[in-house]
Amino acid sequence: MEETVKLAVRDLSIGYGGTPAISGLNFEIKEHEIFGIIGPANAGKTSFLKAINRMDMFDSNMQVEGEILFNGRNVRQWRNVYALRSRIGVVFPLPVGLPLTIYENVALSPRLRGISNKAELDVIVERCLTRAALWDEVKDRLNSLGSLLSGGQQQRLTIARALSQEPELLMLDEFSIAVDPVTTMRIEDVLKELKSEMTIILVTNLVQQARRLADRTAFFLDGGCVEVGETEELFTGEVQDPRTRDYVEGRFG
Amino acid sequence: MFAATELNVKNQRVEKLIRLLFLMMTSLLILPVLVILGTLIYKGGGIISIDFLFTKPTDGMTAGGILPPLLGTVWLVAVALLVSVPLGVAAAIYLSEYAPDNWLTRIINLAIINLAGVPSIVHALFGVGAFVLFFEFGTSILAASLTLAIMTLPVVIVATRESLQAVPLAFREACWNMGATRWQTIRRVVLPNAVSGILTGVILEVSRTTGETAPIMFTGAVFFSPFLPQGILDQTMAMSLHLFVVSTQVPGVPENLPYGVALVLIAMVLIMNSVSIAFRMYLRGKKKW
Repeated sequence: MEETVKLAVRDLSIGYGGTPAISGLNFEIKEHEIFGIIGPANAGKTSFLKAINRMDMFDSNMQVEGEILFNGRNVRQWRNVYALRSRIGVVFPLPVGLPLTIYENVALSPRLRGISNKAELDVIVERCLTRAALWDEVKDRLNSLGSLLSGGQQQRLTIARALSQEPELLMLDEFSIAVDPVTTMRIEDVLKELKSEMTIILVTNLVQQARRLADRTAFFLDGGCVEVGETEELFTGEVQDPRTRDYVEGRFG
Repeated sequence: MFAATELNVKNQRVEKLIRLLFLMMTSLLILPVLVILGTLIYKGGGIISIDFLFTKPTDGMTAGGILPPLLGTVWLVAVALLVSVPLGVAAAIYLSEYAPDNWLTRIINLAIINLAGVPSIVHALFGVGAFVLFFEFGTSILAASLTLAIMTLPVVIVATRESLQAVPLAFREACWNMGATRWQTIRRVVLPNAVSGILTGVILEVSRTTGETAPIMFTGAVFFSPFLPQGILDQTMAMSLHLFVVSTQVPGVPENLPYGVALVLIAMVLIMNSVSIAFRMYLRGKKKW
């Protein structure tokens, strides 16, 4: 595994209108690793992802302090925030199929990058939909609306759209929430392959999913990071913190 | 088995009565429309013909057709639209998609609401002062249309803003997350889904503009003109003012002439409204989410 640091988090604190959501985060995410984040609801996992992508710009209530270094540069100091976001793919738990055709949903990001050659777009659309385990279901109706697909299909469409950005960093927040177990497995296999091309942050409520996929895992609890470690160590014995052990063994609370 | 109590029976009877009462009151609404249309058709329907629509008035406006005012109204509405639609849509996009929630935005919103509340005769006087005199457009189609445009601007802005805001925020966020700029998001996702509402608002505005009299009578519409307008700096006759003139200002007009003019005017408005409603229904059928 390469040891290049993709994302470095230093003293990161996030609050909403004065109420702290997360504080004192310090860890590094390496290039080409799958970095799992587990933890109960309200632990600040989603807020963390939003801060990376500078989504705090859309929410005047949300304050971010500390530093997130993406490729060594503080995300708050990227002069062109659009360039930053285009390198980071995000999949949030509530799927959003844009009111465009399935094809255009996936072709949108390449188009924004200036690709307009139909043949080139066709290749990207097929590759991304295949990777998101959706191609077989929609290949005959690429011109129907993406927003009218079922919830689980929209979720995979959202994944395909994130992949169409050809991101350096892919952030998945509970991607499997609306997806059946078989499809989930197919996507998990794809994620393992994608690791060679990008860095992946996987936020999940399914502890076993983190164990299956993540190289290293962080345990978030009540707005703080309890610990970060090699996933196997977190799950088998060598745990430093009893709270982590309780959580991964399902004895929490 | 449940038997209805005396109270149940009473409640049910009251329910029926109330329902009937409200239905009757609602039905009263159709009455004025029917009476107006019926009267116009009965008294003015006979005069309507191709000749009536496409010839000039003759004999001191007591005979002949209505071509100059008809064409004049088309000019006035078209020029007003050319001004108010780009301006109103741009303003609405700014307010809905870009403007931060601060004192300036609030003042602008307040101004729009107040603009909508200004009586049309006051708009007319403003139009005289600003366009006819200050900008020296004289009494012309340009001055009258600009006055109409300012008067109907709030309609365009409010309709556009509402249809923009009917597009869910989640769509915008999904685009922003991909690195799309605000404008890319607006052009690719927001506007295509708001365009039906915007067009409906525009058509509604057209129908309002068609019937207005006060804002144009000092700024560009004239009592009588033997010529058809050739350009936007010409004066013109207009349907609404023509109706006023033939009804009250000219002696010896046959009774069916004003009714005929009114019928054509109301038909223009109704046709426009029907198109608007049909269009809305068509687009509602193609809902995208």
